[in-house]
Amino acid sequence: MKFMVLVKADENTEGGAMPTEQDLAEMGKFNEELVKAGVMLAGEGLLPSSKGVRLRYSDQGTTVLDGPFTETKELIAGFWILEVSSREEVIEWMKRAPFQNTTIEIRQVASEEDFGDAMTPELREHEARLRQQVEQQQGR
Amino acid sequence: MTVTEAHRTIDAVWRIESAKLIAALVRMVRDVGLAEELAQDALVAALEQWPSAGVPSNPGAWLMTIAKRRAIDHFRHLKMAERKHEELGLDLETTQDAIAVEPDEVPDDLLRLIFTACHPVLKTEARVALTLRLLGGLTTDEIARAFLVPESTVAQRIVRAKRTLAQKKVPYEVPVGAELAERLGSVLEVVYLIFNEGYSATAGDDWMRPALCADAMRLGRILAGLAPQEPEVLGLVALMELQASRSRARVTADGEPILLMDQNRAKWDRLLIGHGLAALARAESLSARRGPYTLQAAIAACHARAGTPEDTDWARIAALYGELAQVTPSPVVELNRAVAVSMAAGPEAALPLVDALTAEPALARYHLLPTVRGDLLAKVGRFEEAEAEFSRAASLTRNARERDLLLARAKQASAGNA
Repeated sequence: MKFMVLVKADENTEGGAMPTEQDLAEMGKFNEELVKAGVMLAGEGLLPSSKGVRLRYSDQGTTVLDGPFTETKELIAGFWILEVSSREEVIEWMKRAPFQNTTIEIRQVASEEDFGDAMTPELREHEARLRQQVEQQQGR
Repeated sequence: MTVTEAHRTIDAVWRIESAKLIAALVRMVRDVGLAEELAQDALVAALEQWPSAGVPSNPGAWLMTIAKRRAIDHFRHLKMAERKHEELGLDLETTQDAIAVEPDEVPDDLLRLIFTACHPVLKTEARVALTLRLLGGLTTDEIARAFLVPESTVAQRIVRAKRTLAQKKVPYEVPVGAELAERLGSVLEVVYLIFNEGYSATAGDDWMRPALCADAMRLGRILAGLAPQEPEVLGLVALMELQASRSRARVTADGEPILLMDQNRAKWDRLLIGHGLAALARAESLSARRGPYTLQAAIAACHARAGTPEDTDWARIAALYGELAQVTPSPVVELNRAVAVSMAAGPEAALPLVDALTAEPALARYHLLPTVRGDLLAKVGRFEEAEAEFSRAASLTRNARERDLLLARAKQASAGNA
């Protein structure tokens, strides 16, 4: 199952304070662990909302609102997408993240965990075509 | 923290830490079976203590400390009993030295563990079970559920596998040179087997199986991290990710399979496609000669890149199957190539390829050969022959629904309809 880890913004991230070299090194090491364990699919930091825009859709049309946005606590400063076997596993991983005075939020990515055909797509495709053809001809 | 919560946390920690733990312990004690027992002892200790004392801040180090202590106790006990350490190829002092080794060796340990678990001295199913157990952190019960076999069977396979490794004195090492390529093949095969078991599951209690795909992908990514210069490792990772990217689009709400060309491509997982394409690009940059996994990934990439079914580059797919047929000659690959050729260049171009396969003993009872041939014959208007092929295909399939379909196809052909 996939989880998105959302790192909440705060005054520092919104103020455009860039991480120190040591912060970056520690986070790099943590990311490396995630990659080596095969659980990390994506992860990025986001620039402050002053560089962002919001689009609002309504009956009257679309309005473009330039950042910064004021509700700092509701903003996102970065994210990961991790593939793990349980909610507890993602929590255990994130406990190891080098954060201080930060809030993160963990959300499961919606997915129908379904699988069902085999490894030779061309043959499968061929059969499908046959099936479809017959069904059409039989007027089903 | 309730006991249940603590247990779930311990399960999670175990999945994260067990492979590293076992790998380091095998280096210390040179015995996979013993290493796993020591690791399990540490796990039991965690189950006893963490629910009341809380999970330690560095659970991996905690488990390692306990396991190492048990290992030392074990050797002391052996010494006191005046057992000959030569028997086990062990001696206490070197063991004590090994204990002092720092965790820098962990990546190598893990790689050694993968090569040991996938050693050709073991039967394939034993390699699969041992790999999932030692590297995936799965319990016997989870492995049994994933493969739809009784738990006792899996447990026995694992016990026997560990005994075989000890008896045959399988060295705990990563092979070098020509042997590496050969043994790496076995490692990749095990990982791909695990993936396919999850990916092509059609019967039974299959809710566990997507998890099996995820486990295989995780193992593949670990392997790619450990052996980043091996193109086929990256090729396999690319292949698995590109195939898995379609999983959401492959089944209807009722569980009926949806075929590649009918899938809603918006449901394909772009993240996995991006990963897969990147891994494929790295694999191709490492070697000019593409191996079988890289080639299959390149074929999967053709589908992943096609925004609509009509955009599919069938000529390229046919060429890739041609290349694959040279690397791993197989009549099934040839049949796939023929289908791709017919999509790219029409039935007339594909018929000679399929005709050549009719003499192939390996395909004598393979119903897809007459199915494909019948279809091509019908397309070029050779209805009588097409009817015979569809009837033959119907007699070979064991699937009732498919048989009805093929018989219907035969009837149409006899009426002169493509």
